[in-house]
Amino acid sequence: MRRFILRRAILGVLVCMTVLVISFGLTRVAGDPALAVAGPQATAADVAAIRRAYGLDRPLPEQFFTWVGAVARGDLGRSYLFREPVANLIRARLPITLTLGLVGLGFALLIALPLGIVAALHEGTPTDRLVMLVALLGQAMPSFWLALLLIIGLGLRLQWLPISGIDDWTGYLLPGLVLAFSAIPALMRLTRSGMIDALGSDYIRTARAKGLSRASIVLKHAARNAAMPVVAIAAVQLGFMLGGSIVIESVFSLPGLGFLAWESISKNDFPVVQAVVLLLAVIYIALTLFADLLNAALDPRLRTG
Amino acid sequence: MLDVAGLRVSFGAIEAVHGVSLRVRHGETHCLVGESGCGKSVTALAIMGLLARGARRRAERIGFDGTDLLALSDRGMGRLRGSRIGMIFQEPMTSLNPAYTVSSQLTEVYRRHRGGTRAAATERAAALLGRVGISAPGLRLGQFPHQLSGGLRQRVMIAMALMCDPDLLIADEPTTALDVTVQAGILRLLAALQAEMGLALLLITHDLGVVARVAHQVSVMYAGEVVESAPVAALFARPTHPYTQGLLASVPVPGKLRRGQPLDPIPGSVPRIPPDFVGCGFRERCRFAMPACAVAVPLRERAPGHSYLCQLTP
Ligand SMILES: Nc1ncnc2c1ncn2[C@@H]1O[C@H](COP(=O)(O)OP(=O)(O)OP(=O)(O)O)[C@@H](O)[C@H]1O
Ligand SMILES: [Mg+2]
Repeated sequence: MRRFILRRAILGVLVCMTVLVISFGLTRVAGDPALAVAGPQATAADVAAIRRAYGLDRPLPEQFFTWVGAVARGDLGRSYLFREPVANLIRARLPITLTLGLVGLGFALLIALPLGIVAALHEGTPTDRLVMLVALLGQAMPSFWLALLLIIGLGLRLQWLPISGIDDWTGYLLPGLVLAFSAIPALMRLTRSGMIDALGSDYIRTARAKGLSRASIVLKHAARNAAMPVVAIAAVQLGFMLGGSIVIESVFSLPGLGFLAWESISKNDFPVVQAVVLLLAVIYIALTLFADLLNAALDPRLRTG
Repeated sequence: MLDVAGLRVSFGAIEAVHGVSLRVRHGETHCLVGESGCGKSVTALAIMGLLARGARRRAERIGFDGTDLLALSDRGMGRLRGSRIGMIFQEPMTSLNPAYTVSSQLTEVYRRHRGGTRAAATERAAALLGRVGISAPGLRLGQFPHQLSGGLRQRVMIAMALMCDPDLLIADEPTTALDVTVQAGILRLLAALQAEMGLALLLITHDLGVVARVAHQVSVMYAGEVVESAPVAALFARPTHPYTQGLLASVPVPGKLRRGQPLDPIPGSVPRIPPDFVGCGFRERCRFAMPACAVAVPLRERAPGHSYLCQLTP
């Protein structure tokens, strides 16, 4: 187990380094940041001054290592757009995105797990096929379109939920629901196939031979064994959701990390873009590691083996 | 105790059990023997109501201690399973849930049927683990199935089936999947428990040596039918159905095999039969087959408790 964690940690560091290179490279090929910073009215002298001030006149490798060195010391640089340390921006925005991601994951699990279990219990029947069809439709529907449908339906027509901003927790509900939709098909399919495997196993026959209640057979004995792959994919899906929050946060005007990323990309505020990309990658790696640990906790063969 | 008549189980176009009748009396060990694939496991599962989806069960009668099991709902059956009827399976390696400790799997069946505190159930579990010959029950209770050997797992399964003091225990080839070295121990244990607890034991096996040692009554199955049923002594002394005769001749039975006598395996294999099959299932492999074997076969009684299914008379 310890060796396994060590291996995963080394792998994580390697991925982070790759991400460092890519996020640095992307912000440089996207155009000259100095021009964007200086604005349209700036003279050539202004631009040159800005280049010097941000260190953009140095050779690229030097810029890269300066940045990496600073990141290693915990210094993410300053945003020229907001005229603030990037760390402060992230500290203010990250909780919103994390909340949104967790709300989305919560919705996804709340919808996908029962549906997956129901489909498995009715394997091969019309109920099963109907549930899988719904999953397929969910997958085919673009999330911005779903967002519009929900805004029009639940927000404007019925006026049940706020459609933009986060004055209170209800502001998270609509975007969370939209975010959940992308994760539902995979979660549901995995729950279904895991449950089908588990329900057909010998230990379920034993549980039935013990006269246990149906609830205990399905939810205790089968679901526990079907949960492992679902946990792993759920963590990955949360990672996707955090990344995918760029679209959702701008549609629903939530001032989270995704919104920040969108603003800074459009203004080529490269210190912010680099930092956000790096942060998302780190979160993603941490999530997969967390999923492995959770699996080990769920599976005694991994824990004690 | 258990009274089955005319039990049929079909999977689509194959009838795995084709009119099985058998009786297990109070405190008796009834052995069900037969070649692989003849429908022994399916018979046991059908009695327990544990058949897979897609299986169709019909019967004239499945009675258990005065209760008509055919009329019971799944919920009603659930009250008997694990409490008055225990079952042990052919596959000890996969029959325990890998995610839960031995203790959790033992106590849950007791608390389900008998209620009581967790502590009381755990105490009972430890006592039963001791009873099935597991040393250090305290240690084993906290372990997971993957930490136990096959023999230990089967002992845990036995303890689990006995947690609620059942009247009937169905053991489906409890040793087939185990190491030869531990097989004898498990069988001795089952025989001892049967005698001590006054259990009715339906023991499925294809080991005639086991039958000779532990059975009171024996039913021989072939192609989904019980072709002969007799008290153990009568069966070994006067096997009457040609299949039983072939079976006894083909397997070396300790103390029964005459030295120098060549083994005489029955040529051919068990046929798969459709639901509308009539006549004797064994006729294709039978030395004495005659035209009459293709129509309905009479059930004959040779002596009280000794019946067989054949055209021939002894
Ligand atoms: N779920 C199922 N679906 C289809 N056919 C089945 C199913 N279960 C059993 N059968 C068929 O029923 C027949 C009897 O099987 P069964 O398991 O009862 O044999 P058995 O006598 O227990 O053999 P063994 O000694 O190998 O355990 C076999 O031909 C098998 O293929
Ligand atoms: Mg079998």
